[in-house]
Amino acid sequence: MTEFDFDVIVVGGGVAGSTCAYLLGKEGYEVLLIERGVEPGSKNLSGGVFYCQVMQQIFADFLESAPVERKITRNTLCFLNETSAVSVDYWDQRLQEPTNAVTVLRAKLDPWLAEKCEEVGVTLMPGIKVDELVLEDGKVVGVRSDEDVLRAKVVVAADGVNSFLAQYAGLREKPEKSHLGLGVKSVIRIGEEQIRARFNTVEDQGVAYAIVGDCTKGLPGGGFLYTNKDSVSIGVVVMLEDLSKSEKVSSQVHDHFLTHPFIAPFLADGELLEYGCHLVAEGGEVMQQDLVHDGLVLIGDAAGFTLNTGFTVRGMDLAAGSAQAAAQAIIAALQAEDYSKAQLNKYVENYQNTFVGKDMHTYRKAPAFLEHNHEMYGEMGKFLADTLYGIYNLDLTARKSLVATAWAALRKSNLRIRQLIRIGYQAVRSL
Amino acid sequence: MVKYDPGTVPERLAGNVYEVDEGNSHIEIDQEIAKRTGGGKLIVRICPAHVYSEREDGTIDIEFAACLECGTCLAVAPKGMLKWHYPNSSMGVMFREG
Repeated sequence: MTEFDFDVIVVGGGVAGSTCAYLLGKEGYEVLLIERGVEPGSKNLSGGVFYCQVMQQIFADFLESAPVERKITRNTLCFLNETSAVSVDYWDQRLQEPTNAVTVLRAKLDPWLAEKCEEVGVTLMPGIKVDELVLEDGKVVGVRSDEDVLRAKVVVAADGVNSFLAQYAGLREKPEKSHLGLGVKSVIRIGEEQIRARFNTVEDQGVAYAIVGDCTKGLPGGGFLYTNKDSVSIGVVVMLEDLSKSEKVSSQVHDHFLTHPFIAPFLADGELLEYGCHLVAEGGEVMQQDLVHDGLVLIGDAAGFTLNTGFTVRGMDLAAGSAQAAAQAIIAALQAEDYSKAQLNKYVENYQNTFVGKDMHTYRKAPAFLEHNHEMYGEMGKFLADTLYGIYNLDLTARKSLVATAWAALRKSNLRIRQLIRIGYQAVRSL
Repeated sequence: MVKYDPGTVPERLAGNVYEVDEGNSHIEIDQEIAKRTGGGKLIVRICPAHVYSEREDGTIDIEFAACLECGTCLAVAPKGMLKWHYPNSSMGVMFREG
């Protein structure tokens, strides 16, 4: 009879891994959480808006004691052109109570999550990189780091978007370029006073900007600008395949956005705190393949649980939700003493019954929509700006009607009516 | 009000915290494939940390200490061009904001 060092080994101390370890530890199981960074969070990077109601469900005191930055009560969608910007600016008091979105900085949040794990008896092993999964007769029985092998009844791979462990073991394919986006980000301090002044916000409330167009120089993807306590998180996410085919330099796309005339004033007198980058899973539901094997489940980014709907960019909430689903399935497996794929497959059933699987399914067409409607990243924004320019540029010539103004702007652009119809139709079907 | 200047990438990285695994690069490149496929040029421009640079003769230099560990280079590299894994335990970048 093989001996186990732990009931469960969770690899990766991010949102998914820590949440899963916490839920299992709370039930009294022997859980090991291994993280390759010296401290959890030191290898993680998010935009990052966290749709946090799922966390309030799991950690009763999440909003009060977790190190969150600002509560997002205002969301701005912006079409950015070279010298113009057209936005929909949505502020709502209803987003205050209950709080449903907060900005976070991972190097601050993840250590708190790890602490919660330790409070419920999880063994934390930071600063240790798992080199590979250990398999016997095709079943995952543990992990290896250098010479050390640790055995467990179930291993949870929460090792991030690259999902190397499952790949190395031949259990999962390398993610396709077309399913990945590259995020390049800067955290820039401008001070609490300036945050409130420039973003017109009060107390601990904040703003999240979702931007398309010139921020990525027309490449599919987008820009983001989020308010933290006294800094902003700003950057771009560009679809990898498109970036590869273009001749663009990733750092220059980032720089172009930060120095754009509409954006630059937000950053004036700012001090760079950190420049970083990270890959983002953008494939949607199709990435949820091969998530369960004998003795192994994949959760969070490693399972492709991120969702970009254009309006919302989600990953952390889905990570936590997937962790809940996995923990439930693993508890059932531990009780049944059956760690087979068939038993652990309950994980898939579980997440499909919650917002995690349901949202991934509802928005399964979103990646294709965002990828193929290139007009969204240039022509659309210019058309809108030109229409509004026709309305606001009172230059002593006669004004046209609204429809005539829009029609003139449309004729000037490279857009055709049927393209607008196609975009509208696909948007309705995909988003 | 001073307009924000991103500065050069090396300037930005100087502000980051790294534990460099001296003499132990986590990245290896097949120079022949890099030159033949143009994959070298691709990773030079796609890496946000400018880890890769190209010499006149097309050889790719690797400043592994600057790596932010996103894995983009590996994701786009032509087959066989790059050997890449995360740096060893505790090594590499340490995000203080993330």
